[in-house]
Amino acid sequence: MTVAPPAPPYPATDGLTGEYYRFVAAGHLHFQRCSDCRAWRHLPRLLCPECRSFRWAWERSSGRGRVYTWTVLERSLHEAFTELPIAPVVVTMFEGVRLVSWVVDRTPAELHAGLEVGFDVDRSIRDRPLPVFRAGDPT
Amino acid sequence: MFAVKDQGKISGVGHTAFGRTPSDGRTELSLMLEATLAAVADAGLTPDAIDGIVAPIVGATVEQFATNLGLGDLAFSASLDLGGATPVASLGLAALAVASGRAHHVLIPTGTVAFSANRMRDCAKDPAALTAIGKPLRDHYLPFGATAPGHWYALMAQRHLIEYGTPPEAFGAIAVACRKHAQLNDNAVMQGRPLTMDDYLASPWVNRPYRLHDCSLEADGAGAVIVSAADDRTAGSSHDSVLITAVAEGRAYPADDLINRPDMLTIGLTHAAPRAWNSAGLGPEDMDFAQIYDCFTFEALQQLEEAGFCPRGKGERFVADGNIELGGRLPMNTAGGLLSEAHIIGINHVIEAVRQLRHEAGARQVADARAGAVTGFGDFADGSIAILTRGGS
Repeated sequence: MTVAPPAPPYPATDGLTGEYYRFVAAGHLHFQRCSDCRAWRHLPRLLCPECRSFRWAWERSSGRGRVYTWTVLERSLHEAFTELPIAPVVVTMFEGVRLVSWVVDRTPAELHAGLEVGFDVDRSIRDRPLPVFRAGDPT
Repeated sequence: MFAVKDQGKISGVGHTAFGRTPSDGRTELSLMLEATLAAVADAGLTPDAIDGIVAPIVGATVEQFATNLGLGDLAFSASLDLGGATPVASLGLAALAVASGRAHHVLIPTGTVAFSANRMRDCAKDPAALTAIGKPLRDHYLPFGATAPGHWYALMAQRHLIEYGTPPEAFGAIAVACRKHAQLNDNAVMQGRPLTMDDYLASPWVNRPYRLHDCSLEADGAGAVIVSAADDRTAGSSHDSVLITAVAEGRAYPADDLINRPDMLTIGLTHAAPRAWNSAGLGPEDMDFAQIYDCFTFEALQQLEEAGFCPRGKGERFVADGNIELGGRLPMNTAGGLLSEAHIIGINHVIEAVRQLRHEAGARQVADARAGAVTGFGDFADGSIAILTRGGS
């Protein structure tokens, strides 16, 4: 009998966070965008920090971005993350917002600032699709 | 402006032993009460003179202190939420309280059992405990394995490497300096275990660009500080006086999300430090020493830059050649710091600054120390800085 690996930390399923991850589960990356000044924003917020408008809508991201920074875990500090190394990567989307993610088709040693990446969905984790990125074939 | 320049003083300090051995199940509160009694005695007061408390970020409430200490009439209390920047920021709040007459003697206790019980690396198990940043962490960082403070801050460190080409020796110089100073401190966890640059460079990765020796020492221990009005003739009268010349705090924007900052290397201290220098009428060049919050080596390097001790990107040169060691141009973390004394959430940096300004630091005394800076750093790079000066100087 095999024992399922420990579950990784789960994000909230309710509120704006829940809405954000439901878009991901449906295969799309969406961010909030102000309906008045048109500024994109992430993490999800109630007010537009640029113009203080309450009016906003989810809009679909280009899905394209560039690697901004990262760290490479070589020692496990959490029971759900034991297959090392693993690299949490910060991606700057073309819309200007950033998120923590993984670049799933590159080893940590292959990461570099400015590496262009595109959105994909990781469904390897039970019940919780995550937004991840692929760099694609080297050009 | 810090409207109460030199109107508050640190009248007493106290601490427990700092350690990485099982502490017989003692709680943070137990350790903090021991440190409090020592600080009260150091100030020449009795516990019932305490009429103000700034709460610690973990371990106990104002009510628990007041009850255990038998304080029948607490005139002032407050709590701040700047993570490890809280103890230093609390000095400013306490100085305001005593200068305004709201309270006479304000207690600032801080303690931790991060070695034996509540390890910071385990914060992913209960992110809600980090009230200011818990939800962003839970929803957008932890699912990707960025589960510990060293992971979050390494994102900044790596960005610094990308922008400035910072070599590992710059981190190593800080680890080596702190370890060297710890050899002169009987209460330092790393006393008796010297560290060379070669040792540093050979130490294993925890998460790049952090090696084992880039990481501070989760430990058990507590410290406490008493702040009184500078003109109080009783409190602290058996010691040379240590004045709170200026204190400032700051947060980077957005405060609860480390990565969505237009410039990810701007931290709370970037905003706070100019306020403190302006208020004090002093500058980095006037400091005889600095106690820089070194939860990780890079964070200390970054704070040296953001506090104005050197320009951003020039920290590598600033920390080289023994400049930050005793005898150098800016002795830093003279008791060993969080890296080699113990991570007591920075209250130990405040206590060491007081020892230095009283000229009670023994073998590690900075000659004729008259002014020093203490910084704090916490959560998603919240910052604080205190400029302390020797009274009568």
